Amino acid sequence: MIDKGEVLIEVQGLEKRFGDNQVLDGITTDIRSGEVVTIIGASGSGKSTFLRSLNLLEIPTGGKILFEGVDITDPKVDINRHRQKIGMVFQQFNLFPHKTVKENIMMAPVTLKLMTPQEASEKADQLLARVGLPDKADAYPGSLSGGQKQRIAIARALAMNPDVMLFDEPTSALDPEMVGEVLEIMKELAQSGMTMVVVTHEMGFAREVSSRVVFIDEGRIQEENAPEEFFGNPKNARLQDFLSKVL
Amino acid sequence: MDYLQHQFERFFVDNGATEWWLTGLKNTLCITLIALIIGVILGFVVAIIRSTYEQTGKLKVLNLITKIYLSIIRGTPSMVQLLIFNFIIFASIALDEIVVGGIAFGINSGAYVAEIVRSGIMSIDKGQTEAGRSLGLDAGQTLKLIIMPQAFKNVLPALINEMIVLLKETAIIGYIGTTDITKASTLVQSRTYSAFVPLISAAIFYWVLVSILTYFMGKLERRMRRSDR
Repeated sequence: MIDKGEVLIEVQGLEKRFGDNQVLDGITTDIRSGEVVTIIGASGSGKSTFLRSLNLLEIPTGGKILFEGVDITDPKVDINRHRQKIGMVFQQFNLFPHKTVKENIMMAPVTLKLMTPQEASEKADQLLARVGLPDKADAYPGSLSGGQKQRIAIARALAMNPDVMLFDEPTSALDPEMVGEVLEIMKELAQSGMTMVVVTHEMGFAREVSSRVVFIDEGRIQEENAPEEFFGNPKNARLQDFLSKVL
Repeated sequence: MDYLQHQFERFFVDNGATEWWLTGLKNTLCITLIALIIGVILGFVVAIIRSTYEQTGKLKVLNLITKIYLSIIRGTPSMVQLLIFNFIIFASIALDEIVVGGIAFGINSGAYVAEIVRSGIMSIDKGQTEAGRSLGLDAGQTLKLIIMPQAFKNVLPALINEMIVLLKETAIIGYIGTTDITKASTLVQSRTYSAFVPLISAAIFYWVLVSILTYFMGKLERRMRRSDR
Protein backbone atom coordinates (compact mmCIF):
# COMPACT_ATOMS: atom_id res chain seq x y z
CA MET A 1 0.00 0.00 0.00
CA ILE A 2 2.09 2.88 1.24
CA ASP A 3 5.84 2.57 1.37
CA LYS A 4 7.75 3.47 4.44
CA GLY A 5 8.87 7.07 4.35
CA GLU A 6 6.42 8.12 1.67
CA VAL A 7 4.49 11.32 2.36
CA LEU A 8 1.14 10.35 3.84
CA ILE A 9 -0.25 13.75 4.82
CA GLU A 10 0.87 16.94 3.16
CA VAL A 11 -0.27 20.09 4.93
CA GLN A 12 0.04 23.29 2.91
CA GLY A 13 -0.49 26.73 4.43
CA LEU A 14 -3.28 25.52 6.75
CA GLU A 15 -5.37 28.28 8.29
CA LYS A 16 -8.26 28.23 10.72
CA ARG A 17 -10.09 31.29 11.87
CA PHE A 18 -12.90 31.45 14.42
CA GLY A 19 -14.38 34.90 13.85
CA ASP A 20 -11.56 37.34 14.54
CA ASN A 21 -9.43 34.70 16.18
CA GLN A 22 -6.75 33.30 13.87
CA VAL A 23 -6.05 29.94 15.49
CA LEU A 24 -3.95 28.44 12.71
CA ASP A 25 -1.88 30.88 10.74
CA GLY A 26 -0.34 29.01 7.84
CA ILE A 27 0.95 25.59 8.87
CA THR A 28 2.99 23.65 6.33
CA THR A 29 4.45 20.25 7.08
CA ASP A 30 4.58 16.67 5.82
CA ILE A 31 3.74 13.56 7.77
CA ARG A 32 5.60 10.57 6.36
CA SER A 33 4.56 6.99 6.63
CA GLY A 34 5.97 5.35 9.78
CA GLU A 35 6.74 8.66 11.43
CA VAL A 36 5.73 9.42 14.99
CA VAL A 37 5.23 13.17 15.20
CA THR A 38 4.56 14.73 18.57
CA ILE A 39 3.09 18.21 18.70
CA ILE A 40 3.70 20.31 21.76
CA GLY A 41 2.75 23.82 22.69
CA ALA A 42 0.98 25.87 25.32
CA SER A 43 -2.79 25.63 25.64
CA GLY A 44 -4.47 27.89 23.10
CA SER A 45 -1.51 27.59 20.74
CA GLY A 46 -3.61 25.83 18.10
CA LYS A 47 -2.06 22.38 18.41
CA SER A 48 -5.35 20.57 19.01
CA THR A 49 -7.08 22.54 16.27
CA PHE A 50 -4.28 21.52 13.91
CA LEU A 51 -4.70 17.85 14.80
CA ARG A 52 -8.49 18.02 14.48
CA SER A 53 -8.10 19.64 11.08
CA LEU A 54 -6.23 16.61 9.79
CA ASN A 55 -9.46 14.58 9.68
CA LEU A 56 -11.63 17.64 9.14
CA LEU A 57 -13.32 17.64 12.54
CA GLU A 58 -12.37 21.29 12.20
CA ILE A 59 -12.95 22.68 8.73
CA PRO A 60 -9.92 24.74 7.72
CA THR A 61 -10.58 28.27 6.46
CA GLY A 62 -7.51 28.23 4.26
CA GLY A 63 -4.78 26.01 2.87
CA LYS A 64 -4.83 22.38 1.83
CA ILE A 65 -4.47 18.96 3.38
CA LEU A 66 -3.43 16.21 1.01
CA PHE A 67 -4.08 12.79 2.50
CA GLU A 68 -2.63 10.00 0.38
CA GLY A 69 -2.48 12.48 -2.48
CA VAL A 70 -6.11 13.65 -2.27
CA ASP A 71 -7.00 17.16 -1.11
CA ILE A 72 -9.52 16.36 1.62
CA THR A 73 -10.37 20.03 2.16
CA ASP A 74 -12.12 19.95 -1.22
CA PRO A 75 -15.87 19.91 -0.34
CA LYS A 76 -16.50 17.47 -3.20
CA VAL A 77 -14.32 14.82 -1.57
CA ASP A 78 -16.12 12.04 0.33
CA ILE A 79 -14.56 12.76 3.69
CA ASN A 80 -16.17 9.71 5.34
CA ARG A 81 -14.15 7.41 3.12
CA HIS A 82 -10.87 9.12 4.07
CA ARG A 83 -11.72 9.25 7.75
CA GLN A 84 -11.91 5.46 7.71
CA LYS A 85 -8.16 5.51 7.17
CA ILE A 86 -7.46 8.14 9.84
CA GLY A 87 -7.90 6.80 13.36
CA MET A 88 -8.49 9.26 16.16
CA VAL A 89 -8.14 9.03 19.93
CA PHE A 90 -9.66 11.77 22.06
CA GLN A 91 -8.76 13.30 25.39
CA GLN A 92 -12.21 12.42 26.76
CA PHE A 93 -12.15 8.86 25.24
CA ASN A 94 -15.64 9.27 23.75
CA LEU A 95 -16.51 5.62 24.00
CA PHE A 96 -20.15 4.83 23.22
CA PRO A 97 -21.64 4.27 26.68
CA HIS A 98 -24.68 2.34 25.44
CA LYS A 99 -22.54 -0.32 23.75
CA THR A 100 -20.32 -2.97 25.29
CA VAL A 101 -16.57 -2.70 24.82
CA LYS A 102 -16.64 -5.24 22.01
CA GLU A 103 -19.59 -3.55 20.31
CA ASN A 104 -17.69 -0.26 20.50
CA ILE A 105 -14.82 -1.83 18.58
CA MET A 106 -16.98 -3.70 16.06
CA MET A 107 -19.50 -0.97 15.27
CA ALA A 108 -17.70 1.01 12.58
CA PRO A 109 -16.17 -1.82 10.52
CA VAL A 110 -19.45 -3.75 10.53
CA THR A 111 -21.69 -0.74 9.81
CA LEU A 112 -19.43 0.35 6.96
CA LYS A 113 -19.43 -3.23 5.64
CA LEU A 114 -15.65 -3.45 5.74
CA MET A 115 -15.86 -6.66 7.76
CA THR A 116 -18.47 -9.29 8.45
CA PRO A 117 -19.60 -9.43 12.10
CA GLN A 118 -17.57 -12.62 12.39
CA GLU A 119 -14.38 -10.96 11.10
CA ALA A 120 -14.96 -7.87 13.23
CA SER A 121 -15.46 -10.04 16.29
CA GLU A 122 -12.14 -11.81 15.70
CA LYS A 123 -10.43 -8.49 15.07
CA ALA A 124 -11.93 -7.11 18.29
CA ASP A 125 -10.63 -10.09 20.26
CA GLN A 126 -7.14 -9.60 18.82
CA LEU A 127 -7.19 -5.90 19.63
CA LEU A 128 -8.49 -6.45 23.14
CA ALA A 129 -5.61 -8.85 23.71
CA ARG A 130 -3.22 -6.30 22.26
CA VAL A 131 -4.36 -3.56 24.67
CA GLY A 132 -4.37 -6.06 27.53
CA LEU A 133 -8.11 -6.07 28.24
CA PRO A 134 -9.44 -9.36 26.84
CA ASP A 135 -11.64 -9.87 29.89
CA LYS A 136 -13.52 -6.59 29.33
CA ALA A 137 -15.18 -7.55 26.04
CA ASP A 138 -18.69 -7.60 27.46
CA ALA A 139 -18.28 -4.79 29.98
CA TYR A 140 -19.89 -1.41 29.44
CA PRO A 141 -17.57 1.62 29.30
CA GLY A 142 -19.13 3.02 32.47
CA SER A 143 -17.50 0.27 34.52
CA LEU A 144 -13.96 0.93 33.25
CA SER A 145 -11.21 3.14 34.64
CA GLY A 146 -9.95 6.07 32.59
CA GLY A 147 -6.84 4.22 31.51
CA GLN A 148 -8.88 1.21 30.42
CA LYS A 149 -11.29 3.45 28.52
CA GLN A 150 -8.46 5.03 26.60
CA ARG A 151 -6.95 1.66 25.75
CA ILE A 152 -10.36 0.57 24.40
CA ALA A 153 -10.59 3.83 22.43
CA ILE A 154 -7.23 3.03 20.85
CA ALA A 155 -8.45 -0.50 20.02
CA ARG A 156 -11.63 0.95 18.51
CA ALA A 157 -9.64 3.23 16.22
CA LEU A 158 -7.29 0.40 15.24
CA ALA A 159 -10.22 -1.82 14.24
CA MET A 160 -10.56 0.27 11.09
CA ASN A 161 -6.99 -0.63 10.05
CA PRO A 162 -6.08 3.05 9.74
CA ASP A 163 -3.03 4.31 7.85
CA VAL A 164 -2.43 6.97 10.48
CA MET A 165 -3.49 7.49 14.09
CA LEU A 166 -4.19 10.92 15.57
CA PHE A 167 -3.98 11.33 19.35
CA ASP A 168 -5.48 14.45 20.91
CA GLU A 169 -3.93 14.73 24.39
CA PRO A 170 -4.70 11.06 25.09
CA THR A 171 -3.41 11.10 28.65
CA SER A 172 -4.50 14.56 29.81
CA ALA A 173 -7.78 13.41 31.36
CA LEU A 174 -6.23 10.46 33.18
CA ASP A 175 -5.28 10.03 36.79
CA PRO A 176 -1.47 10.04 37.02
CA GLU A 177 -1.18 6.35 37.83
CA MET A 178 -2.98 5.45 34.60
CA VAL A 179 -0.88 7.53 32.22
CA GLY A 180 1.79 4.87 31.98
CA GLU A 181 -0.45 2.05 30.73
CA VAL A 182 -1.77 4.22 27.87
CA LEU A 183 1.67 5.50 26.89
CA GLU A 184 2.92 1.92 26.89
CA ILE A 185 0.26 0.90 24.34
CA MET A 186 1.13 3.94 22.23
CA LYS A 187 4.80 3.08 22.38
CA GLU A 188 4.14 -0.46 21.19
CA LEU A 189 2.00 0.95 18.42
CA ALA A 190 4.82 3.25 17.35
CA GLN A 191 7.28 0.38 17.37
CA SER A 192 4.95 -1.66 15.17
CA GLY A 193 5.43 0.99 12.48
CA MET A 194 2.15 2.87 12.80
CA THR A 195 2.21 6.46 11.57
CA MET A 196 1.18 8.62 14.51
CA VAL A 197 0.53 12.28 15.17
CA VAL A 198 0.32 12.95 18.88
CA VAL A 199 -0.63 16.15 20.66
CA THR A 200 0.67 15.73 24.18
CA HIS A 201 2.15 17.25 27.30
CA GLU A 202 4.15 14.10 27.98
CA MET A 203 7.67 15.29 27.25
CA GLY A 204 9.10 11.89 28.15
CA PHE A 205 7.02 10.27 25.42
CA ALA A 206 7.95 12.99 22.93
CA ARG A 207 11.64 12.49 23.67
CA GLU A 208 11.71 8.70 23.70
CA VAL A 209 9.19 7.59 21.14
CA SER A 210 8.77 10.28 18.53
CA SER A 211 10.79 10.61 15.38
CA ARG A 212 10.05 14.33 15.18
CA VAL A 213 8.79 16.95 17.61
CA VAL A 214 6.84 19.98 16.45
CA PHE A 215 6.39 23.12 18.53
CA ILE A 216 3.33 25.17 17.66
CA ASP A 217 2.77 28.66 19.02
CA GLU A 218 0.36 31.36 17.88
CA GLY A 219 -0.92 29.08 15.16
CA ARG A 220 2.43 28.49 13.49
CA ILE A 221 5.12 25.86 13.60
CA GLN A 222 7.92 27.64 15.45
CA GLU A 223 10.35 24.76 15.45
CA GLU A 224 10.45 21.11 14.42
CA ASN A 225 13.26 18.68 14.79
CA ALA A 226 14.37 15.23 15.84
CA PRO A 227 13.85 14.89 19.61
CA GLU A 228 17.53 14.94 20.67
CA GLU A 229 18.17 18.19 18.85
CA PHE A 230 14.74 19.61 19.72
CA PHE A 231 15.14 19.14 23.46
CA GLY A 232 18.95 19.36 23.60
CA ASN A 233 19.42 22.45 21.53
CA PRO A 234 16.20 24.44 21.08
CA LYS A 235 16.73 27.52 18.89
CA ASN A 236 13.39 29.32 19.04
CA ALA A 237 13.12 31.70 21.98
CA ARG A 238 9.49 30.80 22.68
CA LEU A 239 10.37 27.11 22.65
CA GLN A 240 13.23 27.70 25.07
CA ASP A 241 10.83 29.53 27.34
CA PHE A 242 8.18 26.80 27.01
CA LEU A 243 10.66 24.00 27.70
CA SER A 244 12.05 25.78 30.72
CA LYS A 245 8.56 25.77 32.21
CA VAL A 246 7.58 22.18 31.46
CA LEU A 247 10.82 20.28 31.91
CA MET B 1 -76.11 -8.00 47.73
CA ASP B 2 -79.24 -7.47 45.72
CA TYR B 3 -78.79 -3.75 46.15
CA LEU B 4 -75.24 -3.82 44.78
CA GLN B 5 -76.27 -5.93 41.82
CA HIS B 6 -79.12 -3.62 41.11
CA GLN B 7 -76.86 -0.61 41.22
CA PHE B 8 -74.32 -2.31 38.98
CA GLU B 9 -76.99 -3.09 36.40
CA ARG B 10 -78.29 0.44 36.61
CA PHE B 11 -74.94 2.02 35.74
CA PHE B 12 -73.27 -0.64 33.61
CA VAL B 13 -75.98 -2.78 31.96
CA ASP B 14 -79.38 -1.14 31.59
CA ASN B 15 -80.41 1.02 28.64
CA GLY B 16 -77.34 0.06 26.61
CA ALA B 17 -74.89 1.20 29.29
CA THR B 18 -72.59 -1.78 28.64
CA GLU B 19 -72.24 -0.85 25.02
CA TRP B 20 -71.49 2.79 25.83
CA TRP B 21 -68.77 1.89 28.25
CA LEU B 22 -67.18 -0.67 25.91
CA THR B 23 -67.41 1.65 22.92
CA GLY B 24 -65.96 4.43 25.05
CA LEU B 25 -63.02 2.30 26.16
CA LYS B 26 -62.38 1.05 22.64
CA ASN B 27 -62.51 4.55 21.15
CA THR B 28 -60.28 6.10 23.79
CA LEU B 29 -57.73 3.34 23.13
CA CYS B 30 -57.98 3.63 19.33
CA ILE B 31 -57.63 7.40 19.29
CA THR B 32 -54.71 7.27 21.72
CA LEU B 33 -52.96 4.58 19.69
CA ILE B 34 -53.34 6.41 16.37
CA ALA B 35 -52.23 9.66 18.00
CA LEU B 36 -49.26 7.99 19.71
CA ILE B 37 -47.96 6.53 16.47
CA ILE B 38 -48.39 9.77 14.52
CA GLY B 39 -47.03 11.85 17.41
CA VAL B 40 -43.89 9.78 17.94
CA ILE B 41 -43.01 9.54 14.23
CA LEU B 42 -43.73 13.22 13.61
CA GLY B 43 -41.90 14.23 16.78
CA PHE B 44 -38.75 12.32 15.88
CA VAL B 45 -38.73 13.63 12.32
CA VAL B 46 -39.16 17.23 13.48
CA ALA B 47 -36.52 16.82 16.20
CA ILE B 48 -34.02 15.40 13.71
CA ILE B 49 -34.67 18.23 11.24
CA ARG B 50 -34.28 20.84 13.98
CA SER B 51 -31.07 19.44 15.46
CA THR B 52 -29.54 18.80 12.04
CA TYR B 53 -30.16 22.44 11.24
CA GLU B 54 -28.74 23.58 14.57
CA GLN B 55 -25.57 21.53 14.15
CA THR B 56 -24.85 21.85 10.44
CA GLY B 57 -27.00 24.68 9.06
CA LYS B 58 -28.54 22.29 6.52
CA LEU B 59 -32.31 21.76 5.91
CA LYS B 60 -33.06 25.46 6.24
CA VAL B 61 -36.49 25.35 4.57
CA LEU B 62 -37.62 22.24 6.46
CA ASN B 63 -36.45 23.82 9.69
CA LEU B 64 -38.56 26.89 9.00
CA ILE B 65 -41.62 24.71 8.35
CA THR B 66 -41.08 22.82 11.62
CA LYS B 67 -40.75 26.10 13.50
CA ILE B 68 -44.08 27.32 12.14
CA TYR B 69 -45.63 23.95 13.01
CA LEU B 70 -44.34 24.08 16.58
CA SER B 71 -45.45 27.66 17.00
CA ILE B 72 -49.02 27.01 15.84
CA ILE B 73 -49.50 23.77 17.76
CA ARG B 74 -48.01 25.00 21.00
CA GLY B 75 -49.64 28.39 20.71
CA THR B 76 -53.25 27.21 20.40
CA PRO B 77 -55.46 25.02 22.62
CA SER B 78 -55.76 21.39 21.55
CA MET B 79 -59.52 21.76 21.90
CA VAL B 80 -59.57 24.43 19.18
CA GLN B 81 -57.21 22.35 17.04
CA LEU B 82 -59.53 19.36 17.31
CA LEU B 83 -62.55 21.44 16.26
CA ILE B 84 -60.63 22.95 13.34
CA PHE B 85 -59.59 19.49 12.15
CA ASN B 86 -63.12 18.15 12.40
CA PHE B 87 -65.20 21.08 11.18
CA ILE B 88 -62.80 22.73 8.69
CA ILE B 89 -59.93 20.54 7.47
CA PHE B 90 -61.78 17.22 7.32
CA ALA B 91 -65.26 18.75 7.02
CA SER B 92 -65.80 17.66 3.43
CA ILE B 93 -64.05 14.30 3.74
CA ALA B 94 -66.04 11.38 5.07
CA LEU B 95 -63.54 10.27 7.68
CA ASP B 96 -64.39 8.43 10.86
CA GLU B 97 -64.26 10.80 13.85
CA ILE B 98 -61.89 8.40 15.54
CA VAL B 99 -59.42 8.79 12.71
CA VAL B 100 -59.91 12.56 12.67
CA GLY B 101 -59.35 12.64 16.42
CA GLY B 102 -56.30 10.39 16.15
CA ILE B 103 -54.77 12.65 13.50
CA ALA B 104 -55.56 15.85 15.40
CA PHE B 105 -54.17 14.56 18.70
CA GLY B 106 -51.19 13.00 16.90
CA ILE B 107 -50.24 16.24 15.19
CA ASN B 108 -50.66 18.02 18.50
CA SER B 109 -48.57 15.50 20.44
CA GLY B 110 -45.86 15.51 17.75
CA ALA B 111 -44.94 19.08 18.63
CA TYR B 112 -44.33 18.19 22.26
CA VAL B 113 -42.54 14.94 21.41
CA ALA B 114 -40.32 16.91 19.01
CA GLU B 115 -39.11 19.25 21.71
CA ILE B 116 -38.57 16.40 24.15
CA VAL B 117 -36.51 14.44 21.62
CA ARG B 118 -34.57 17.54 20.58
CA SER B 119 -33.61 18.17 24.20
CA GLY B 120 -32.42 14.56 24.32
CA ILE B 121 -30.27 14.96 21.23
CA MET B 122 -28.78 18.16 22.64
CA SER B 123 -27.98 16.42 25.93
CA ILE B 124 -25.49 14.08 24.22
CA ASP B 125 -21.89 15.24 24.34
CA LYS B 126 -20.44 16.54 21.09
CA GLY B 127 -17.57 14.10 21.53
CA GLN B 128 -19.94 11.24 20.71
CA THR B 129 -20.66 12.68 17.29
CA GLU B 130 -16.97 13.38 16.75
CA ALA B 131 -16.04 9.83 17.70
CA GLY B 132 -18.60 8.43 15.26
CA ARG B 133 -17.59 10.73 12.42
CA SER B 134 -13.87 10.16 13.00
CA LEU B 135 -14.45 6.43 12.47
CA GLY B 136 -15.85 7.19 9.03
CA LEU B 137 -19.57 6.89 9.85
CA ASP B 138 -21.71 9.44 8.03
CA ALA B 139 -24.02 11.88 9.81
CA GLY B 140 -27.06 9.59 9.48
CA GLN B 141 -25.28 6.50 10.77
CA THR B 142 -23.87 8.48 13.69
CA LEU B 143 -27.32 9.81 14.56
CA LYS B 144 -29.00 6.42 14.29
CA LEU B 145 -26.40 4.24 16.01
CA ILE B 146 -24.78 6.57 18.51
CA ILE B 147 -26.83 9.68 19.29
CA MET B 148 -30.44 8.47 19.11
CA PRO B 149 -30.15 5.39 21.35
CA GLN B 150 -28.59 7.53 24.08
CA ALA B 151 -30.94 10.46 23.55
CA PHE B 152 -33.98 8.17 23.61
CA LYS B 153 -32.88 6.64 26.88
CA ASN B 154 -32.40 10.07 28.44
CA VAL B 155 -35.82 11.38 27.42
CA LEU B 156 -37.85 8.22 27.99
CA PRO B 157 -39.33 9.47 31.30
CA ALA B 158 -40.43 12.71 29.61
CA LEU B 159 -41.83 10.75 26.66
CA ILE B 160 -43.82 8.50 28.99
CA ASN B 161 -45.19 11.62 30.62
CA GLU B 162 -46.26 12.98 27.24
CA MET B 163 -48.00 9.69 26.42
CA ILE B 164 -49.95 9.85 29.67
CA VAL B 165 -50.97 13.44 28.98
CA LEU B 166 -52.05 12.43 25.47
CA LEU B 167 -54.19 9.55 26.71
CA LYS B 168 -56.03 11.81 29.13
CA GLU B 169 -56.25 14.67 26.65
CA THR B 170 -58.40 12.49 24.37
CA ALA B 171 -61.23 13.09 26.85
CA ILE B 172 -62.22 16.16 24.81
CA ILE B 173 -63.04 14.03 21.74
CA GLY B 174 -66.68 14.06 22.88
CA TYR B 175 -66.93 17.57 21.47
CA ILE B 176 -66.86 16.16 17.93
CA GLY B 177 -69.46 13.57 18.80
CA THR B 178 -67.40 10.49 19.49
CA THR B 179 -68.16 8.24 22.42
CA ASP B 180 -65.04 7.86 24.51
CA ILE B 181 -64.79 7.01 28.20
CA THR B 182 -65.72 10.51 29.30
CA LYS B 183 -68.63 10.76 26.87
CA ALA B 184 -69.88 7.31 27.97
CA SER B 185 -69.91 8.48 31.55
CA THR B 186 -72.00 11.56 30.73
CA LEU B 187 -74.42 9.42 28.68
CA VAL B 188 -74.93 7.05 31.60
CA GLN B 189 -75.26 10.05 33.89
CA SER B 190 -78.02 11.52 31.74
CA ARG B 191 -80.00 8.26 31.84
CA THR B 192 -79.58 7.54 35.54
CA TYR B 193 -79.74 11.11 36.86
CA SER B 194 -76.78 10.25 39.05
CA ALA B 195 -73.28 11.69 38.68
CA PHE B 196 -71.24 9.84 41.28
CA VAL B 197 -70.84 6.32 39.91
CA PRO B 198 -70.40 7.22 36.21
CA LEU B 199 -67.77 9.91 36.86
CA ILE B 200 -65.82 7.91 39.41
CA SER B 201 -65.95 4.93 37.04
CA ALA B 202 -64.59 7.06 34.20
CA ALA B 203 -61.76 8.24 36.47
CA ILE B 204 -60.96 4.64 37.42
CA PHE B 205 -60.92 3.54 33.77
CA TYR B 206 -58.41 6.28 32.90
CA TRP B 207 -56.33 5.49 35.94
CA VAL B 208 -56.16 1.80 35.02
CA LEU B 209 -55.20 2.58 31.43
CA VAL B 210 -52.47 4.99 32.54
CA SER B 211 -51.21 2.46 35.07
CA ILE B 212 -50.92 -0.24 32.42
CA LEU B 213 -49.07 2.17 30.12
CA THR B 214 -46.76 3.24 32.95
CA TYR B 215 -46.03 -0.38 33.87
CA PHE B 216 -44.88 -1.37 30.39
CA MET B 217 -42.95 1.83 29.83
CA GLY B 218 -41.23 1.39 33.19
CA LYS B 219 -40.13 -2.06 32.04
CA LEU B 220 -38.73 -0.61 28.81
CA GLU B 221 -36.93 2.08 30.78
CA ARG B 222 -35.28 -0.42 33.10
CA ARG B 223 -34.15 -2.50 30.15
CA MET B 224 -32.57 0.52 28.52
CA ARG B 225 -30.68 1.36 31.71
CA ARG B 226 -28.75 -1.91 31.56
CA SER B 227 -25.58 -0.22 30.32
CA ASP B 228 -25.55 2.08 33.35
CA ARG B 229 -24.69 -0.69 35.75
